[in-house]
Amino acid sequence: MGYVAVKGGREAVEASIMLLEKYRTDGDCDVELEAIERRMSLLVDRVMSEAGFYAPRYAALALKQSQGAADEAVFLLRAYRSTLSRAYRSLPLDGAGMVINRRISAAFKDIPGGQFLGATYDYTHRLLNFGLAQETPLEIASIREKWKACQTQAEPGPPIFAGRVSQELKDEGLIAMEERDDEPNDITQRPITFPAPRSSRLQTLARADTGFISALAYAGIRGFGPTHPTVGELRTGALEVLIPHPLLEGETLCAGEILVTEVESIFPEETAETKRQEEDDPLLALGAGQGDKADVSGNSLGLGIGYGMVLGRNDNKAIAMSILDYFLESGEGILSNQEFVLLHGDCLEMNGFVSHLKLPHYVTFQSKLDRVRGARRDGCNEGL
Amino acid sequence: MKDFNFAFLDEGSKRAIRRALLKAVAIPGYQVPFGSRELPIGRGWGTGGIQVTLAIIGDGDVLKVMDQGSDDSVNAISIRNFVMACTGVRTTTDSEAATLIQSRHRIPEIPMRNDQILVLQVPLPEPLRMTEELESVTKKMHAEMDYAIMWLALYENIVRVGEIELGADYPVMVEGRYIMAPSPIPRFDNPKLHMSETLCLFGAGREKKIYALPPYTDVRSLCFEDHPFRVEDMSGRVCHLCGARDVYMDEFFDSASGDRLFQCSDSGYCEKRRRAASHE
Repeated sequence: MGYVAVKGGREAVEASIMLLEKYRTDGDCDVELEAIERRMSLLVDRVMSEAGFYAPRYAALALKQSQGAADEAVFLLRAYRSTLSRAYRSLPLDGAGMVINRRISAAFKDIPGGQFLGATYDYTHRLLNFGLAQETPLEIASIREKWKACQTQAEPGPPIFAGRVSQELKDEGLIAMEERDDEPNDITQRPITFPAPRSSRLQTLARADTGFISALAYAGIRGFGPTHPTVGELRTGALEVLIPHPLLEGETLCAGEILVTEVESIFPEETAETKRQEEDDPLLALGAGQGDKADVSGNSLGLGIGYGMVLGRNDNKAIAMSILDYFLESGEGILSNQEFVLLHGDCLEMNGFVSHLKLPHYVTFQSKLDRVRGARRDGCNEGL
Repeated sequence: MKDFNFAFLDEGSKRAIRRALLKAVAIPGYQVPFGSRELPIGRGWGTGGIQVTLAIIGDGDVLKVMDQGSDDSVNAISIRNFVMACTGVRTTTDSEAATLIQSRHRIPEIPMRNDQILVLQVPLPEPLRMTEELESVTKKMHAEMDYAIMWLALYENIVRVGEIELGADYPVMVEGRYIMAPSPIPRFDNPKLHMSETLCLFGAGREKKIYALPPYTDVRSLCFEDHPFRVEDMSGRVCHLCGARDVYMDEFFDSASGDRLFQCSDSGYCEKRRRAASHE
């Protein structure tokens, strides 16, 4: 008997892993962690965000180990995080307290506190720069010189803080204020349940695969969602993570700083509230005359807000998150279906289940074959 | 692996999983949600079963890991190596020598004992999912024991194609209360769950559910009076290696002769029979 039903082949697996290591070390240049962390920081940010684990150096290590595959790097970080005990729960962070290095609004030209472009590829032409292929230390030094000169010309002002753009709209009463101070649920400790509280929804979206939520948000604004938003504000900057002091009551300790991107998207929405409209709208006031104002029924317009915050610099993920947050809260159709949106965007889960199809299914397929053969043998539907 | 805790997960996580297990044992067939941890092994590759194993394994345990009946499949090797590396426990391919058996899609041919535990890996823990896509709805259906749609689906299946199409993962009724997915074991293995002497634990990592069948639990495969439950037909099949009959067989084609051949799916069982035969 020449054939033995497929065995896994320990040797084959070992050889496969060896080949993987060989690929990882191909070429003559090592990939230094410093280079990955500092010069591929947008990739590092994406990996940290999808892993839900803020550790730039570990993310760089994971990327080195995974030959740059973002999903594999996320996998490595998540698995490592499972081994760490959770010692503290931070105090709530407020994005309004951020030390800003980028802040833009698509809603208003002038915003209190000002707009800061920060670093963005938005206004570059995406021309492949062949000069970078052979970038010399001299050229790098000259870029740094220019930057330094730029720095000394500008006022070495204090760190930039600014309140949120949406605050003014809230003060004006255009945005319904809803303050909820429920203790947030941590989906990594207690799995998400449905209908999901907003904290679970936001945490799920913040950890979601960038491509997945970008695609869903795109579908939403292209026509599968209720409306098209305006980015009220997008800001990137550093936030201090504070934990309660373990010994001194009322005191806090700073556990470190994280770089985050925060977005508030503004959506027009119908509201049941009519009072303010009457007061502000001269035509309505005329028409209604001295009549009973309470009779002015029908819906009015107001503004709704979708919120996004992700680890690192990642404009699009934060915008996508804010769009989906809003659709989940108030939309109709597939993008307001919590189970559809929230259960299918985790990098590990989607890739794990899709890749498991590569595992043998001999037993289950045999069982299926038995059914098919049985049905054919018995003849379809005969005797019924 | 000396940089990591015994059984990889931190003690707090293991305790949380054990609490979910206790609840699962107390309510046979009920799916207990748990805070599923990420493991160094892919989600969808047995992480629910592995987490259960890691949470309950101790120094003295002897572990067997099988995948679709085989000890030698790539994934069984990977899982066994991982658990060994982070616990140092002994392993075996002999189901009778093991105290703890983690399995994907099979229950060993040799009946398991009361002093053993069977951990089954579960891809899709919700048996009602084929009729209802929303978790919030299926959860309510279980709570209210509202299983009409399931019975209807099976009935319609028979009307359409004369047979219930479900192959493996054929749903069972536990203690007349909960419909449960037995994990994608073949129907051939379903009867082994009924009044089993062994504690059976089910872990679904990606779906974040744990459920259990304590020993001597009433487990019935769903069927109708006039359409009895049928296991896969293994009649006339003989293992070409050990000569066994009436066990679940893998089917394959001899690439040289083109013949259709059969071989025990439970490789540990097959190996044991062959060893015994050679000693005779």
